[in-house]
Amino acid sequence: MSKRYSALTLLREGLRGHRGWAPAWHMPDPKPRYDVIVIGGGGHGLATAYYLAKNHGVTNVAVLEKGWLGGGNTGRNTTVIRSNYYYPASTALYDLSVRLYETLSRELNFNIMFSQRGMLVLAHSEPEMEMAARQVNAMQLNGTDAELLNADQVRKRAPLLNFAPDARYPIHGATWQGRAGTARHDAVAWGLARGADQLGVDIIQNCEVTDVITEAGRAVGVATTRGEVRADRIGAAVAGHSSVLAKLAGYTLPIQSYALQAFVSEPLKPVIDTVAFSPAYGTYFSQSDKGGLVIGGGLDRIPSYGQRGNLPVQEDVLGGLIEMAPMLAKVKLLRHWAGIVDVTPDSSPIIGPSEVEGLYVNCGWGTGGFKAIPAGGYLFAHLLATGAHHEISRPFDKARFAGGHLIDEGAASGIAH
Amino acid sequence: MQLFPCPFCGPRDEREFHFAAEAGKTRPDTTGAVSEADWAAYLYDRRNDKGRVREVWMHLPCREVFVMERDSVSMEVLGTTAFRKAGA
Repeated sequence: MSKRYSALTLLREGLRGHRGWAPAWHMPDPKPRYDVIVIGGGGHGLATAYYLAKNHGVTNVAVLEKGWLGGGNTGRNTTVIRSNYYYPASTALYDLSVRLYETLSRELNFNIMFSQRGMLVLAHSEPEMEMAARQVNAMQLNGTDAELLNADQVRKRAPLLNFAPDARYPIHGATWQGRAGTARHDAVAWGLARGADQLGVDIIQNCEVTDVITEAGRAVGVATTRGEVRADRIGAAVAGHSSVLAKLAGYTLPIQSYALQAFVSEPLKPVIDTVAFSPAYGTYFSQSDKGGLVIGGGLDRIPSYGQRGNLPVQEDVLGGLIEMAPMLAKVKLLRHWAGIVDVTPDSSPIIGPSEVEGLYVNCGWGTGGFKAIPAGGYLFAHLLATGAHHEISRPFDKARFAGGHLIDEGAASGIAH
Repeated sequence: MQLFPCPFCGPRDEREFHFAAEAGKTRPDTTGAVSEADWAAYLYDRRNDKGRVREVWMHLPCREVFVMERDSVSMEVLGTTAFRKAGA
């Protein structure tokens, strides 16, 4: 199996024509019984398995994935990692994720290419500048990095943006989070899979959960396309399909599934070395190391499980892009796609027990799941190993809806969810 | 663009329509005590079915509110029913 990666092994394999690389993880058949089953082999599921083994010594774990690793939203997002939220509970959660991402390449011995190139959130009027100042203050009070930039400072960081005074939305300034950035999303899934596999986790692909087996009201296992698998505890990290699994098991969720679209352009010479987001235009973009512009926007307005793009959102997002940076008007698109995201009423995730004993959920990340992968896995592993919330995940229990303690980031941080 | 059928105006551009809620939810009976769990279920929980769905939509230009049945994977529209009574 896969040995430690280093510059030396890369050089040696380069000289040998790359014929000596071993698979990065095993392809085991499912065993009849595990301590923990994690449903979903995306970033959150793989991170959960990795941290179960690493932090809690629970290694008799199976990750069941209906397709291939990272083939859902983990491979469909725009790779942005940030913690520029408003409420203390959110900052605690997302900043844990940024901190874990900061050391993940070294820890996993797998280059996830986390580039902390910073993120601009543009403000287009004086009232928006006041809201931006409030956001920066909240972020600093919550212990994460944030700066308020004026228009000249924004121009220095991203000169391609539209600074014309007669722009549809003129730029007055921006909030800046310097530790935000982008990472190679496939590598996050593959690195976590390799890390979990090395610690003894069974990663089982092409294994769709078709039913949840309950005995006396307790979930004791799952029926899959590759046979029955039982476990003491089951964790579901299935993003846009959370409601489908909930229906199989018999619990309810406050989730609506929508398509979220993204776009990548033909490769260009470097034009921007940060992430730029304009809430007014509803568009954000960054540039990958390969030169492609990676472009995203808001949710579709029609609930959907169709993993494909469509024209209304394409018009909105690309119209916004060429107003934001008119020099990009002639750039051609290379690809356009969609993932199905699980949106909650308050745009905050749900981590906690379901109404079925023995079955726990990690869902509701909506449009922001990728940035939260290490924290989601870290906290969900804690819940599955101990049966109790970590202090950071407790506010995100589903109980907040009945108790009225919503964490309404959709309203508070004005960030597209 | 996809066309959605408004029961009043006929087929129109999807961007003219607003998704309101899934159809068939009943507000708890407030003449008796309603538990927090029941309120939360009514306000927040969703069926969010994959496949055939029944939803309440509004056609914004004419303000018609109606039930649309469609497939949430193929996006095919299977039919619409106006809430408005015929002749009203």
